[in-house]
Amino acid sequence: MTLVKTTYNRRSFFKTSLAAGGGLLIGFNWLASACTSDTPKGLVIPDEWFDVNAYLKIGENGVVTILSPNPEIGQNVKTSMPMIVAEELNVDWKNVIVEQAPLNTKKYTRQLAGGSDSIRTTWTALRTAGASACYMLKKAAADAWSVPVEEVTTELGVIHHKGSGKKAGYGEFASAAAAVPVPEEVELKDLKDFRIVGNSQKNVDGLGIVTGKPLFGLDYKVDGMLTAMIVHPPAFGMTLKSFDASDVKTMPGIKDVFALKVYNDDYARQWCDTSSFTELVAVVGNSTWEVMMAKLMLNVEWEPFAEQKYAAAGWGGNTQDVTVPGGLESTTEHKKKMIAEAAKSARVVRKDGNPEEAFKKAAKIIERTYTAPFLAHSPMEPMNFFADVKEDSAVLVGPIQSPEYMAKTVADRLGFPLEKVEVQMTRMGGGFGRRLYGHFMVEVALISQKMKAPVKLVYSREDEMTAGIYRPMYHAIYRAALDADNKLTAFHVKMGGIPESALHANRFPAGALDNYLAESWSIESNISVGAMRAPASNFNAAAEQSFLDELAEEMGVDPIQFRLDLLKRAQENPVGENNDYDAARYAGVLELVREKSGWDTDSQGKHRGVSAYFCHRSYVAQVLDIVMENGEPKVDHVYNAVDCGIVVNPDAAVNMTEGSVVDGIGTAMYGELTFNNGEPEQSNFDGYRLIRHAEAPRKIDVAFVENKIHPTGLGEPPYPPVMAALANALYKATGTRYYHQPFVKNTFEV
Amino acid sequence: MTIFNLKINKKEYQVDVDPSTPVLWVLRDHLDLMGTKFGCGMAQCGACTIHLDGKAVRSCITFVDSVGDKEITTIEGLSENGEHPVQKAWLEHDVPQCGYCQSGQIMSAVALLNENPNPSDEEIETAMNGNICRCGTYTRIKAAIKTAVNS
Repeated sequence: MTLVKTTYNRRSFFKTSLAAGGGLLIGFNWLASACTSDTPKGLVIPDEWFDVNAYLKIGENGVVTILSPNPEIGQNVKTSMPMIVAEELNVDWKNVIVEQAPLNTKKYTRQLAGGSDSIRTTWTALRTAGASACYMLKKAAADAWSVPVEEVTTELGVIHHKGSGKKAGYGEFASAAAAVPVPEEVELKDLKDFRIVGNSQKNVDGLGIVTGKPLFGLDYKVDGMLTAMIVHPPAFGMTLKSFDASDVKTMPGIKDVFALKVYNDDYARQWCDTSSFTELVAVVGNSTWEVMMAKLMLNVEWEPFAEQKYAAAGWGGNTQDVTVPGGLESTTEHKKKMIAEAAKSARVVRKDGNPEEAFKKAAKIIERTYTAPFLAHSPMEPMNFFADVKEDSAVLVGPIQSPEYMAKTVADRLGFPLEKVEVQMTRMGGGFGRRLYGHFMVEVALISQKMKAPVKLVYSREDEMTAGIYRPMYHAIYRAALDADNKLTAFHVKMGGIPESALHANRFPAGALDNYLAESWSIESNISVGAMRAPASNFNAAAEQSFLDELAEEMGVDPIQFRLDLLKRAQENPVGENNDYDAARYAGVLELVREKSGWDTDSQGKHRGVSAYFCHRSYVAQVLDIVMENGEPKVDHVYNAVDCGIVVNPDAAVNMTEGSVVDGIGTAMYGELTFNNGEPEQSNFDGYRLIRHAEAPRKIDVAFVENKIHPTGLGEPPYPPVMAALANALYKATGTRYYHQPFVKNTFEV
Repeated sequence: MTIFNLKINKKEYQVDVDPSTPVLWVLRDHLDLMGTKFGCGMAQCGACTIHLDGKAVRSCITFVDSVGDKEITTIEGLSENGEHPVQKAWLEHDVPQCGYCQSGQIMSAVALLNENPNPSDEEIETAMNGNICRCGTYTRIKAAIKTAVNS
């Protein structure tokens, strides 16, 4: 049993009524549909609800509604977060309805979908919310029965007092519990007593999804709503010159066409306000197709800019000027610049021992170069958002990963106090980081303000793919020094990117080597980038784990044993103090995948590659098997070993891992966005390749390390390493090393 | 604008729209049938898959004036409450992650099984290859289709 203070998120427990605001302003059914989960079979909706705290309300019949605070992007937090509350509340999961909470930073801890951090950062708050409510129910019953609260127990939604034989459902005491003072501290369950957490529960929106219910932002609608689209420059490095809308304004269903300035000149942009195109043209009309047609006919002139400057708000209140260079960039130029920059020495980020000396003395030096292109996130649901902006208040509804930050940006741009901007989150049709950058919320707010009407902004796939935000373009040179006995004596990584480097200087194999050097460089660009699933790691792992594979081969050692030996050194006698990984847990997943894949016993005749990586506080090791069919490599089987602490919802965690594996293979094989004169050369799925059914592995196995560590991330960690497992298996199958993504091209030639 | 009489999910609908309007936007904007999703607008991703007389088509490039008497089925028309064997199989395997592509995936799977009640792995892959799942739930989709075959 763990005692926790309720004070740190005490505001969550004040029993103010939950914001029902959306319902007042907007069509009730659409919002209810977007936010409420499937109703479990046979469940009767109560006539009256009692708010016990910000996370849950209990009906008079004992049915419980749990509010899921964080945005749902497909990581399944709308199921797993309420599971954690329900566990401590000690209620039957079959009696639970889930509702998406609106943005409320006063009540909830961290309403952000990013960094694989939803569960990790709310684990204790969610447990405390359930445990406090459970205590308040017990206290209400104890007072009514005139017995000490310590003698009262609960069992799946039922309150008991053994001594008197009294018994009541949660519903009976819901009203009284809501009036019980919030306890100063509460007891949390022992992990061994968990019966919801750790047992697979189905997606609470599953039925809604398979029956086509309007759950997503793009499905949102109110009476009198207009539809808007934006037109942005065709190329990075260009800005709006002029436009002629006279023909378009008379087209059927078109209401207005006007220019839009996304940020005020003196506004210090937050991290999530990244976007290259801040002067746009908006087309507003009655229906999507009419607006799409009008947009095609619109005559807009763009012009290149020499240079742009804006103020960026840093952490801790510092503001700095950011300069965006002019120029129309091309992939060919990018490659030339990278090759030139990588040949120079760069900024030293970490140095252990004397790597220069070790390289000088080396009997053999192995040097390999790895590259990866820009990528477009491409979530299946294109960017969109709804806004209804009135004289002095605004309601925004839609898919956003960073609502608490974007609400501030919107409030600032509208000139409203923050509390006048209400944000409701719908289910998101994917995001992968793209929806951290919510410029579309500002855009739709401005359009609604101008039109004095509710508006839904819709991006076409082309708008989305050509407007940024992208995963940066990366380059890395890895070098290793071997002595006359073929022992590894020094390791050097020089990593760079456009416009930023992917270097994690303190990750493995740093800490395992006496002589280690990590350098970093970057080249500025006007192409806007942002976090994409496992930022930086999504290149690091691919490059580093491929290099280690080649190194192990060169040294004549087994690639798993090679890593384990390095990790043993890092564990027993680590070099340096800032190593950001736990070598024992890292080794743990490698050992588990070795066992599960039959690496030592069943590798004969198989083309297999191994890889392991640590990011977002979790550890994943993978073995990937390729079979050759009609002379073509086909990914047959992928074994995963995952250490992400306590697994809240096992089957959903397996699903997430399977998806990450498929995504990682797709990224490494096919993903590439190229530029010519500032224009993205791919604008839809005909040119931009995503992985498809026939290219997915035949079988994916997932094993979790069992431990009692509080949950860490899972949405990102299995994604990066599989790219290297693939490269290493491809080498076994084809004899070719894969250094350059996308692997279907495997070249960095200019 | 032109008036079109459409048969959708065994009901009659009348819409007054431009003849060039894709069925996707007729369903979503004019009839509030939001289960059919917009993904790419050029028949590359399959999120907008519906049935025309039982055959899977991409509604984003199927113009309303080309439908004529053909019967349209959307995800909402498969069953009242998820009882269709393919929907049930999807639930059993808890397939979705974000879920956005899944109504298109299901419509493609249903059309496949209507034509070929016992498809091979290769036939499943071929029939489903036009439906992108960005979350990568392909292995579960295939497993769910096999479950539906056996039900």
